[in-house]
Amino acid sequence: MQEQTKTANFEAAVLPHLDAAYNLARWLTRNDADAEDIVQEAIMRAFKFFSGFHGENGKAWTLRIVRNTYYSWLQKKRPTEDLSEFDEQIHAADSTNPETILIQNVDRQELRRLLDELPVEFREIIVLRELEGFSYKEIASISDLPLGTVMSRLARARDRLVACAAARQKGGAK
Amino acid sequence: MNCQNIRELIDSYVDGELDLVNHLEIEKHLAACDACDAAYKNRQALSAAFDSSFNFSAPASLRKSIQKELREISSEPKPKRIWHWRWLATATAVAAVLLLTLFVFRLSPSSDDVLATEIVSNHVRSLMANHLMDVPSTDQHTVKPWFDGKLDFSPPVIDLASQGFTLIGGRLDYAGNRPVAALVYQRRQHYINLFVFPSKGGSESGEKTSVRQGYNIVQWNRGGMSFWAVSDLNATELQEFASDYQK
Repeated sequence: MQEQTKTANFEAAVLPHLDAAYNLARWLTRNDADAEDIVQEAIMRAFKFFSGFHGENGKAWTLRIVRNTYYSWLQKKRPTEDLSEFDEQIHAADSTNPETILIQNVDRQELRRLLDELPVEFREIIVLRELEGFSYKEIASISDLPLGTVMSRLARARDRLVACAAARQKGGAK
Repeated sequence: MNCQNIRELIDSYVDGELDLVNHLEIEKHLAACDACDAAYKNRQALSAAFDSSFNFSAPASLRKSIQKELREISSEPKPKRIWHWRWLATATAVAAVLLLTLFVFRLSPSSDDVLATEIVSNHVRSLMANHLMDVPSTDQHTVKPWFDGKLDFSPPVIDLASQGFTLIGGRLDYAGNRPVAALVYQRRQHYINLFVFPSKGGSESGEKTSVRQGYNIVQWNRGGMSFWAVSDLNATELQEFASDYQK
């Protein structure tokens, strides 16, 4: 492929998803500078692998690379932490069924904080589903997880957020 | 369904990821059960709260710096060529013809394109309508003879259980204006539909992979037959399936 054409095709396929790429990276890293570094690196990686892209879902393809770039960055930054050892059971324990009180209105600032504090494995699923609107299948392919795991993580993440919002409402805090 | 089952499916319900039967069943349950209905409403409220104010936009400086880096990569020094005007004229003519061909092809989808679409719909339908198999059997010697008399060709039925692809049955299907054999294999919870029918002109061709509506497709022609493997299985394993099948 002619280099110029490749660049033009690439820009057309990937750059429209730059906001989504940054959004994911920003929520994962929780800071501006790191998010920018990761997106820049991810886009260059994407450019390198662009011949492997065959016009399928460009947004999912881009975000998958952003996510991978984030995890390799994280590993480099904190090599001692074993990322694969995320224990579903431990995390399941603190998200027991929320009380069935109806949450009236969710304070967005509060919700933003709650999302920020979720473990990254939950956070990314919420971002992909609630903020980017991906289907379960797309999330599974972006995050390289089985569909069942995507579903159970999403359920637990939501359980937590709902429980926190409900507790706050019950406690009468803002 | 009891409340426990409902809670397990409630997210799929909220996200519109459920099949019709389960969807209706949950709807019915929610109308009767306050606790589950509250759980549902809370999830709805949560999803509704996530509005666009949660989305970060890429800073303009980042966009610029990415575009700059891309331009630098793509304009890396290349050997300078001096174009002869006659070459230029030829190249222009060739480009014009190519463009025209491309244009015509774009307007009319290729027959392979139509077939691929049809085959993916068949795959989806076979899973949706609960009509995956006409002959459920893990025995290739049961599945193969079953097609006799139903088709004007005999599809090669191979058991790949030892490679981790379990043959679970076969089905008659229809694609490309003719009856075709559909062999059903399973890996973990993924189903693979392998559509087999005589290839046009009997040409041989290697594996071609593609993706359509999120399903992976591997297609090849061999021994006068056309093979289309379709699945939600990942591309790597589906290709493994294709090469195991051809061994």
